[in-house]
Amino acid sequence: MTVVTDPARPVAVPEASGTAPPRRKRGTFGFNSLSPTEKVVRYLLLVFVLLITIGPFLWQLSTSLKGSGEDIYTRIPRLLPSQPTLSHYGEVADTIPVWDYMRNSLQVAVLVVGGNIIGSSLAGFALSRLEFRFRRIVLGLFLATLVLPGEVTIISQYVTVRELGLANTLFGVALPGMIGALNVLLMYNAFRSLPVEVDQAAVVDGANVWQRFIHIGLPSVRGTLSVVAIFAFIGAWDDFLWPLIVLTDPDKYTLTVGLQYLSGTFSNDPRLIAAGTMIAFIPIVIVFATLQRFFFKGVEEGAVKG
Amino acid sequence: MRYHRWFTPWVLVIPALTWLLVFNLWPSINTVILSFTNAKPIGGGTFVGLKNFEALLHDEQLRWALLNSVIYMVVCLPFLTILPLLLAVLVEKKLPGITFFRTAFYTPVVASAVVVALIWQWILDDRGLVNGLAEKLGVISGPLPFLSDQWLLLFSAISLTIWKGLGYYMIIYLAALGNVGRELHEAAAVDGASAYRRFVHITIPGVRGTMILISILISVSALRVFSELFILSGGKGGPGGRDNSVVMLIQQYSQGFEGNLGYASALSIVLFFVTVVPMLLLARMNRKAADA
Repeated sequence: MTVVTDPARPVAVPEASGTAPPRRKRGTFGFNSLSPTEKVVRYLLLVFVLLITIGPFLWQLSTSLKGSGEDIYTRIPRLLPSQPTLSHYGEVADTIPVWDYMRNSLQVAVLVVGGNIIGSSLAGFALSRLEFRFRRIVLGLFLATLVLPGEVTIISQYVTVRELGLANTLFGVALPGMIGALNVLLMYNAFRSLPVEVDQAAVVDGANVWQRFIHIGLPSVRGTLSVVAIFAFIGAWDDFLWPLIVLTDPDKYTLTVGLQYLSGTFSNDPRLIAAGTMIAFIPIVIVFATLQRFFFKGVEEGAVKG
Repeated sequence: MRYHRWFTPWVLVIPALTWLLVFNLWPSINTVILSFTNAKPIGGGTFVGLKNFEALLHDEQLRWALLNSVIYMVVCLPFLTILPLLLAVLVEKKLPGITFFRTAFYTPVVASAVVVALIWQWILDDRGLVNGLAEKLGVISGPLPFLSDQWLLLFSAISLTIWKGLGYYMIIYLAALGNVGRELHEAAAVDGASAYRRFVHITIPGVRGTMILISILISVSALRVFSELFILSGGKGGPGGRDNSVVMLIQQYSQGFEGNLGYASALSIVLFFVTVVPMLLLARMNRKAADA
């Protein structure tokens, strides 16, 4: 589903080769120390890139706060509003039911996150820690779907959802992405890094499969699990094409579809659209900023592989 | 040796497997089946043979869409394989505050394509930031029609995709850089190799595998582009529908009374072949390079 193949998600290349070579501690070498000039150059470059990546967001934020009487088209652009106001945010809510859209997006995202955490950790555990017939075939099936871009099957996926009676429902938006093949493989990879001996010792102690899953498996894959959760959330929140196809009723729109509706149908006022985009953007930034250390930790654990 | 009953693994795998079968495998088969019908968004559909595929041959919008896709891919490839690697090298050193920069550079990735496309729409507006500044500086006399000219619109969308992708590929490179032997860098530095030479002769060969993977990802995602072009063109696909992508055409046929899921499925099959070919070519290149 589109949630799975979303470009915002790190890519795992599931390989049989197992764990990555041990990583060296950084910052412990004299080699690492930089000359003052190099430091200054590096910071200048960092700030330059920062302006390019963050600048457009700041400009949009500034536009959303500029008063209606303020000339936003001036030849000399002003970053700081001269008549700052929050009124456009209220105006967005008067134009489209933006808070309902936010609740809809949240509903979809929660379903997708929950489904992926449960479904992919269970399957990943079974595929990596338990022996059973056809295990390799099942694994191969999950791998095979990775080469298929989600957009290729989006039409027949819509047909499936429609036949289930879920066209034009939020559940229909969430359903196909609730267990992503990529996430199953990520969890499979994560569980594999746990030594088999630990499992065998637990078996000797009389632990059953469920106990091994809860007490041994899950605690050792927290990093990858949080990466799966973060990206399931971001993917569901940001998704546009799939909800656009499934939802026909403006009452049921998610935020992204609602924003497009706002800019396409109702408004030519850049301040209003800017306020709308900020309403969709700020929550996801907060989520990411709060959880970024788990994300970067997951990256180091190898949830992102190159 | 087994320490569990035979059905236990299946109980754990069944939910994920069900999803895989219902929402991945079946739709792949059904796409092929649907492409031989005239199914409508509301339902129904009868077998029409090769009619949809014949129509593909005469579809002028599809020709533009394929041309746009190729241009998209060719322009994105060099920028998105090189720039993120430079960024990764820049943020690799653990300077004070580096986490902030890493997170900030990743922000465009986290934002929805719809959000960033709406932001760029405003920046590239006839009276927006870019035109305003350029006019102020006297570079241009009138506003450049970034959003209404066929080619400018395409290149605006391409630059948006590149901008949004920088942080994503940077993180993948960053993970790969961690595996490039530090000893090599040190040894080279001791031998007096400049930073540039170390980059060319140590860093790049060290991340070669990642580079190939990334170029596959870039090509596939460039061919699948949707939101950026859709939003920047106001959902209309540019003047005369010449700025459509293949996915935009699929979306257009998925809706309304004019919609035709059969034709949309035929387009999906085109999309499949268009994305798989560069994937296989690059994977082959990778194998050849590995043998050499």
